[in-house]
Amino acid sequence: MTSMKKHVLSVFILLACVAGFTLSASAEDKLKVGFVYISPVGDAGWTYQHDLGRLELEKNLGDKIVTKYIESVPEGPEAERVIRDLAKSGHDLIFTTSFGYMNPTLKVAKMFPKKYFEHSTGYKTTKNVGTYMCRFYEGRYLTGIVAGKMTKSNTLGYVAAFPIPEVIRGINAFTLGAKSVNPDIQVKVIWVNSWFDPGKEREASEALITQGADVITHHTDSTAPTLTAEEKGVYSIAYHSDMSKYGPKAHLTAATHVYGDFYTKTTQAVLDNTWKSDAVWSGIKEGSIELAPMNPVVPADVVALVEKTTKAIADGSFHPFQGPVKDQSGKVVVEAGKSLTDKDLLGMSYYVEGVLGKIPK
Amino acid sequence: MDFDIFIHILIAAIAAGTPFVYAALGELITEKSGVLNLGVEGMMLVGAISGFIAMAKTGSILVAVLCGMTAGALMAGIFAVLTLTLMANQVASGLALTIFGVGMSAFLGLKYTSIALPGVPEIHIPILSNIPVVGQLFFSHDMLIYCSGALFVAISWFLYKSKSGLILRGIGEAPKSAHALGYNVIKIRYMAVLFGGAMAGLGGTYLSIAYTPMWVEGMVAGRGWVSLALVVFATWRPARVMLGAYLFGAITIAQFHIQGFGIDIPAQLLSMLPYVATIVVLVFISRDQNTIRLNSPASLGITYHPNVQ
Repeated sequence: MTSMKKHVLSVFILLACVAGFTLSASAEDKLKVGFVYISPVGDAGWTYQHDLGRLELEKNLGDKIVTKYIESVPEGPEAERVIRDLAKSGHDLIFTTSFGYMNPTLKVAKMFPKKYFEHSTGYKTTKNVGTYMCRFYEGRYLTGIVAGKMTKSNTLGYVAAFPIPEVIRGINAFTLGAKSVNPDIQVKVIWVNSWFDPGKEREASEALITQGADVITHHTDSTAPTLTAEEKGVYSIAYHSDMSKYGPKAHLTAATHVYGDFYTKTTQAVLDNTWKSDAVWSGIKEGSIELAPMNPVVPADVVALVEKTTKAIADGSFHPFQGPVKDQSGKVVVEAGKSLTDKDLLGMSYYVEGVLGKIPK
Repeated sequence: MDFDIFIHILIAAIAAGTPFVYAALGELITEKSGVLNLGVEGMMLVGAISGFIAMAKTGSILVAVLCGMTAGALMAGIFAVLTLTLMANQVASGLALTIFGVGMSAFLGLKYTSIALPGVPEIHIPILSNIPVVGQLFFSHDMLIYCSGALFVAISWFLYKSKSGLILRGIGEAPKSAHALGYNVIKIRYMAVLFGGAMAGLGGTYLSIAYTPMWVEGMVAGRGWVSLALVVFATWRPARVMLGAYLFGAITIAQFHIQGFGIDIPAQLLSMLPYVATIVVLVFISRDQNTIRLNSPASLGITYHPNVQ
């Protein structure tokens, strides 16, 4: 056999295998749900929370669906290929879980108009692309209350990734929460210009602690701030996940995302043929934001206050950005009796009173 | 900025600079023998995860350090076989080593992302650590930082005061002449490359067991590349490598403090500062053409084999 013939034959064998695989898969008759992750699942952080949601979905609807995830998918052309492969291999519902997947998701969705796509943290929806994200600022406000009550130096430290509205919203909500119980606090912010760099996150935390911060929180992905707080004997408030095992003494609580409910409901809707494109922004009311268990050092009255505020946010009687809210210059940005609209929240580009420094432009 | 903060920045700078000290001094020895190994980032990553696994399993800092060094040396061994025995291109092999190291470390570390390590305790040297300022700066660190200081002294002595150091430098300058004088060029280059790998591995281990005691994929975050640049901009001299490493550390820490004080300089500009300032300073102090020519190994990166003329 010539080598040319050999090649042709092997291509045929390959094609036959692929065809056989596809047939056997569709024969299972279960809905295939795909997930695209930006980083490895790991043990804490953004992707870990999405994967917890996926596992809960499997637990709830395991007899009707199969799930598959692909991790460490970089934002960009590679993402488009991965999403397209998932759609091609029979996944009818695909969750893409990072902001930068927005355009690839939209592009692939156009090619597969009968499949459903859900993109996390994006702002563009089409007929078969929905978006979803969490009102994590509600959790930030609650952890701010804890920080404001626990600080002795009245200086709180915030390690932040990039100066975009999402992160600024978190800083402001945290500051408002802390100020609501302790008007004397100030929040120091250090930008590390990275979502994930344990070394820089540690260095920034250390700088904040040296400058007098005794409660550290972060809007970055690693456990380094909590580790550093534990080492230096100050408190930390984690983000994304419960990180208490990395700082049993330091870790006061954490604002965590919960996706299980949303994933289950959305998948059920696809199963029932009732799915509709929507921009879901859910928070404490829907159970999408939860606080991690409180450290025993947090006094009972603080825990009670946090619980009371949680209920108030859930029943709509309280909004973290409820007026009067002043910006750094003392100008009233939200008048008394009003609260910020979602549109204003999404485009937030100023610091509230109590945050030190300026937003990098 | 008060004096206390200034001292804090310097102390933190020594810790932040230590991974660079290890990796760059190791690479310095490799390059002094005339071999350019661009795989530092990959060797540091594999060293980091190997040291981390050893620390998690045994709890012993010594075992962790030895494992990290061995892993780094093994990585360098692959590079040495490719470039010294099989005479492959050094630049391409080094780049491949980094890409391999990134993937390999991620694979080895799959099961270790969830473990928290206790870290490495600081050793306050009695009496000396009580001296104000100096005691805090030089005598209140962890063991691995003291070792990096000792390494600097040992390497400076080795390169400029010992006969073996002279031979190593000679091989880096003119391998043919060294061969003609009866030295085994390939064997000595092997040792230099392995040593460089072991030090890169140790630098990685320092990151994963002491500096941020945890394992996450890609945690070396470009420090290998910075180390490579330090060697070049320090014109292959150990004292300037040390200066560059600590300067880089100090500016990294200082820019975070500047932000913390709310001084109005864009954060993006500040994050750039360590790279720019370190290069500018090193280039400025080493700008003399003669020093560069005297110190840069003449055969750097050129494939050599005794039987090929």
